[in-house]
Amino acid sequence: MAEAIHWTGGTLALLGALLTVAGAAGALRFPDVYTRIHAASLTDTGGATLMMLGLGLLAGLSLVTLKLALAWLFIMLTSPTAAHALANAAHGSGLRPQIGLWRIVPAQAEDGDQTDDGDGA
Amino acid sequence: MTGIAPPLDANTLLGFGLLTMLVATVAAIALSRRTMTAILLMSVYSAASTMWLLLMDAPDVAFTEAVVGAGVSTVVLLGAVLLTRGERVAKAGRWRVAAAAAVTLVLGGLLVYAAIDLPALGDPASPANAHVGRLYLEAAGRDTGADNVVTAVLASYRGFDTLGEASVIFAAGVGVALMLGFGTRATQDDPRRSRVRGLDALPESDHHVVLRVAAKLLIPVITLCAFYVLFHGETGAGGGFQAGVVAAVAIILHALVFGLADTMVAVRPGAARALAALGVLAYCGLGVASIVNGGMFLDHDFLLPPAFQTRLQTWLESAGISGGAHDWGQHLGMLAVESAVFITVAGTMVTVFYGFAGRLRDAVPEPGA
Repeated sequence: MAEAIHWTGGTLALLGALLTVAGAAGALRFPDVYTRIHAASLTDTGGATLMMLGLGLLAGLSLVTLKLALAWLFIMLTSPTAAHALANAAHGSGLRPQIGLWRIVPAQAEDGDQTDDGDGA
Repeated sequence: MTGIAPPLDANTLLGFGLLTMLVATVAAIALSRRTMTAILLMSVYSAASTMWLLLMDAPDVAFTEAVVGAGVSTVVLLGAVLLTRGERVAKAGRWRVAAAAAVTLVLGGLLVYAAIDLPALGDPASPANAHVGRLYLEAAGRDTGADNVVTAVLASYRGFDTLGEASVIFAAGVGVALMLGFGTRATQDDPRRSRVRGLDALPESDHHVVLRVAAKLLIPVITLCAFYVLFHGETGAGGGFQAGVVAAVAIILHALVFGLADTMVAVRPGAARALAALGVLAYCGLGVASIVNGGMFLDHDFLLPPAFQTRLQTWLESAGISGGAHDWGQHLGMLAVESAVFITVAGTMVTVFYGFAGRLRDAVPEPGA
């Protein structure tokens, strides 16, 4: 039983790490800001969840488990909020998502970062 | 150092990986063209070095690096970038770049040359492990009753040094405030009178509702965490410095999400800088209290008056509580030191942030999004 829990925990932690790596690849390779945020945010939260689950199984039921649960709660609150704020800021500065092969953005706004002040939009 | 290569275990590999990441981040910072990118990369650097410090079994330092390096300084630096945005920056000439590169290379080379002479990691004969450090490790539990030797050294043995650090932080805060102002210019008049309630919550800013809800959930938890770190410093990682920064982060988060005017009503700029001064003052007063009771400056053994100490001792013996009255002065003294540092750090951080943020109101037109 202990052996099984050990291996399950290790596998979950490894899966979480792999998911995070996949997210990093997505953040580098995806075509526009919104899909990149999507890749980074989802895998970040999901990977952390898997890793925390795995580490909790590895640590056994103790005070460590409670601390892991609290850290998980914190990540579940902050990571999606950060992704939302990022996407919100991108949308607020007038960045349009790329749909299929067509980018709707005019060429000069392609860089994505602030080219001028957000003019009240 | 013996000639045996270190075993290639997971920790060593992780350490090498993190160091490689640090070097790569530094290279990226040096090569990045935009200030914004460099600042964000510096945050990444701090996060990586936090993990590396944890690997080196230095959780207190890692904690500080995480909250200061990756947290507050990023916010302040971003504020500085926003402040100076639009200002014309003269392009450095080729000779100036060459001179700067030469100075950097020579200094870096000297540092590397000096680092060769450093003792190996964990070398038992190194000065840090052999003389005073070893004494602290052996005597800290007996002398002060603190489980965390780092806290015992910071708050008791080297209380005078920590007083110097607190004063330096306070002085830095005063310096920033003198340059940038105290942040009162953000709200030209009394914020309580000039602010129209509900003006900030017009539909224009409605899409920040997620941020507001999350911040409302998080700010109390962060504040609670600050006090946990403060009172837990004697037994675990953390202490006054870290707790002060965490508390300041809660206030800064409030200002970032709800607007500076609201925060300045909750935490008045005057109160923040008064607290910063009060912490240093209370620290000095703590030292003087020991002198009054016949000890040396900041000698916590003499913190409690002798008459009270003997009465406490007899009461403890009659009540059957072990430990004796000796530790009480040390415990109280260390807690007082941590609290004083906490107040100073939190007050200074908030004052510095107000200084930057108050200027931002001038520099940036009212942000719409």
